[in-house]
Amino acid sequence: MSMTAAPARDMARQARFSRRKWINRIALFMALAAMLFGMFWLAWILWETLRLGFGGLHLALFTENTPPPNEESGGLANALFGSCMMVALATVIGAPIGILSGIHLAEYNPRGTLAVTVRFVNDLLLSAPSIVIGLFIYATIVVRFKQFSGWAGAAALALIVIPVVIRTTENMLALIPASLREAAYALGAPKWKVILRITLNAARAGVVTGVLLAVARIFGETAPLLFTALNNQFWSSGLGGPTANLPVTIFQFAMSPYENWQQLAWVGVFLITLIVLGLNVLARFFSRDK
Amino acid sequence: MNLSTPPSRGAGFVISNALADRLFGWLTRGAALFTLALLLGILVSLAVGAWPAIRQFGVGFLTRNAWNPVQEDFGGLVMIYGTLVTSVVALLIAVPVSFGIALFLTELAPVWLKRPLGTAIELLAAVPSIVYGMWGLMVFGPVLARYVQQPLQALLGDMPVFGALVSGPPVGIGLLSAGIILSIMIIPFIASVMRDVFEVTPPLLKESAYGLGATTWEVVWRIVLPYTKTGVLGGVMLGLGRALGETMAVTFVIGNMNQLSSLSLFEPANSITSALANEFAEAAPGLHQASLIYLGLVLFLITFTVLVCSRLLLLRLQKNEGRNT
Amino acid sequence: MTIMTDTTTDTPAAPSRNAKLVVRDLNFYYGKFLALKNISLDVPANRVTAFIGPSGCGKSTLLRTFNRMFELYPDQRAEGRILLDGEDLLASKDDVALIRARIGMVFQKPTPFPMSIFDNITFGVKLFERLSAIDMEERVEWALKKAALWDEVKDKLSQNGASLSGGQQQRLCIARGIAIKPEILLLDEPCSALDPISTARIEELIAELKADYTVIIVTHNMQQAARCSDYTAYMYLGDLVEFGETEQMFFKPRRRETEDYITGRFG
Repeated sequence: MSMTAAPARDMARQARFSRRKWINRIALFMALAAMLFGMFWLAWILWETLRLGFGGLHLALFTENTPPPNEESGGLANALFGSCMMVALATVIGAPIGILSGIHLAEYNPRGTLAVTVRFVNDLLLSAPSIVIGLFIYATIVVRFKQFSGWAGAAALALIVIPVVIRTTENMLALIPASLREAAYALGAPKWKVILRITLNAARAGVVTGVLLAVARIFGETAPLLFTALNNQFWSSGLGGPTANLPVTIFQFAMSPYENWQQLAWVGVFLITLIVLGLNVLARFFSRDK
Repeated sequence: MNLSTPPSRGAGFVISNALADRLFGWLTRGAALFTLALLLGILVSLAVGAWPAIRQFGVGFLTRNAWNPVQEDFGGLVMIYGTLVTSVVALLIAVPVSFGIALFLTELAPVWLKRPLGTAIELLAAVPSIVYGMWGLMVFGPVLARYVQQPLQALLGDMPVFGALVSGPPVGIGLLSAGIILSIMIIPFIASVMRDVFEVTPPLLKESAYGLGATTWEVVWRIVLPYTKTGVLGGVMLGLGRALGETMAVTFVIGNMNQLSSLSLFEPANSITSALANEFAEAAPGLHQASLIYLGLVLFLITFTVLVCSRLLLLRLQKNEGRNT
Repeated sequence: MTIMTDTTTDTPAAPSRNAKLVVRDLNFYYGKFLALKNISLDVPANRVTAFIGPSGCGKSTLLRTFNRMFELYPDQRAEGRILLDGEDLLASKDDVALIRARIGMVFQKPTPFPMSIFDNITFGVKLFERLSAIDMEERVEWALKKAALWDEVKDKLSQNGASLSGGQQQRLCIARGIAIKPEILLLDEPCSALDPISTARIEELIAELKADYTVIIVTHNMQQAARCSDYTAYMYLGDLVEFGETEQMFFKPRRRETEDYITGRFG
């Protein structure tokens, strides 16, 4: 009986197998299509940015302020300068707080109530809409001082830096083997020295990568600046009042009906993409260096 | 061989170290507590800022379809609807595509291609959202209108349900384009998380499935995906969070119209973030501003809920896994 | 040799003579789990004492109580007495850093600090002493020579410690421990990550070091214990089964369990 059943079973298997093979082929083809779909958008966006922005590159971009509507000359000097000032300030404020906080999570009782709570809250802040951060700074700083200012913009950006840096610092410190810490403690080193000289030092590349990624992130952030730094058509030497910045300038110019503004917006988009992607590549380089 | 005498180890070193230890501990603790204070501060300041609107409209604000700064009559339905619909559209497109990309990157791509392609996807995630927004408005919108919306209307315009979905001006601005741009934005996030978790599936597990004669697709669908479901879900939630809170990519292309007259995905509409971006800086202090802050609070609570839900889901999945093994 | 010359050169009958470290009634807990059960033993000065036993027997745990390393982890605690030259380490009110300065430790895997070879040595020294630049250089050279590493690294002291080979890294860690002039050296399976040649060098080094230090080594390698220790303690499941001279332990153990383990009938 089994002799007669075997061929039948084989045929059923064969039929079933060819169906499975087809399903497999279709699925793999769809995966390939998805990949092409994803790459297609990347290529298209980068290509348009390059095509429409690269043509507008010239030296005056970096020496002249944003022009009035319908004027041929003009650059983005004030916006670039304002952006750099605010990003630098935000990093200087946010990165140390983030690093210290990340140290606390990784080195001081990582499973304690405080660490668990802070970790959860940090995830929350990490996924909080950046425009809400802008609202918060508006309500606390802009309202208090009764004016939009670069300080407020920098504060908003700093609040975006902090959770990013906390996350990466903690993750990087957690990767450091316990034996390295113990070796330092075994010499009689106090905790703060073990952390600063040994563990943080060993995790340096990762922490720097985290900070660079945070800088890249805030350089392109528009939403938190909309009602904190606002924008400014002119050169701002300090951060005391509304401060020109690249993202909001791009937003305003792109939404305007003026041709020269739209052209400048494309150049701005090109620059911002270049800077942000450059920072990302740099960050990768750092983390690979290890 | 002479062992020099053991040094006298200064107590001074130890005392100053103990002090420094305590100071440093306080410093890091302070920084950690600052993070907690930040969350409380955000919640409190938003609640205080929104209070006039909360008092005036109550919870009904969420379901009121009104936005009239002149008569000071506000309701958030249009924006909340816009935020949710664009995010759902974005997820519907992004999840399958991201899954395909992750599948391709882990199982199909030749080794020499894996790394550059993976890096490209990650870089796509780093592109600032304002770039997507501007590209969407200037480049993608017109193309969508010409080659997708108009043919779709011609095709489906007379059918009952689909007709409603595609009615309205085919100008490439509205819920559909915002959803599509959002999906392009979140694909890299979801795809790179999925790729990462797919890659940690133990090779032995996959090999034993292949050993039984399973096809690549069966291995991924029946072995890898169940094994990594928590990570995959985390990636999807991450993408959803992004989509809900994204401002610039949406603001450029959603049209900023406070209307909810039809279900059409082609109609210009509004979302919470774009309403804030467009109106807040110019809104008069008072009920208008308070209503906008109310919207911000609602948005924050929505993302909060998404995060908490994903956490609870993950917890439950993990528990179930624990029970199975 | 200027210290501890009173150590008799003939092998003492019982390890309790000239004890550097005296352990009495030591219990150790991981949370609620009792990992060391009522351990009592005397570690003789200027000798090499080896702890052997199957993994999980508590030999590393015992080692880590001597410099109170367990205090880094909130749910670990020790009860009993550990006397270093008569002073109870567990009850000591001194800062734990001062105790650790008297007891050097080397780990299973080399742990070079993320800094130059030179700084690896000075890191510990600077914690307790203020030395002039010249004195510091002398100290580094002294420590590296003592660890038999000087000739290999003297031209590249500014290189990163991680650039050395595994065996060199481990000797760097020994030099680092020696540089602060401890009295006891704890070696926690120092050769488990090393190749045979590097292992041989470390074992040679251990033999030289016992002239100046009391050395305690944890090892899972019985040949190693036989080769380089003077005394051996066999532990099993948190109990100290037998402790005596290495020769006696390996050739005529008093306890049946010890014999089974050593002859390979067990574990």
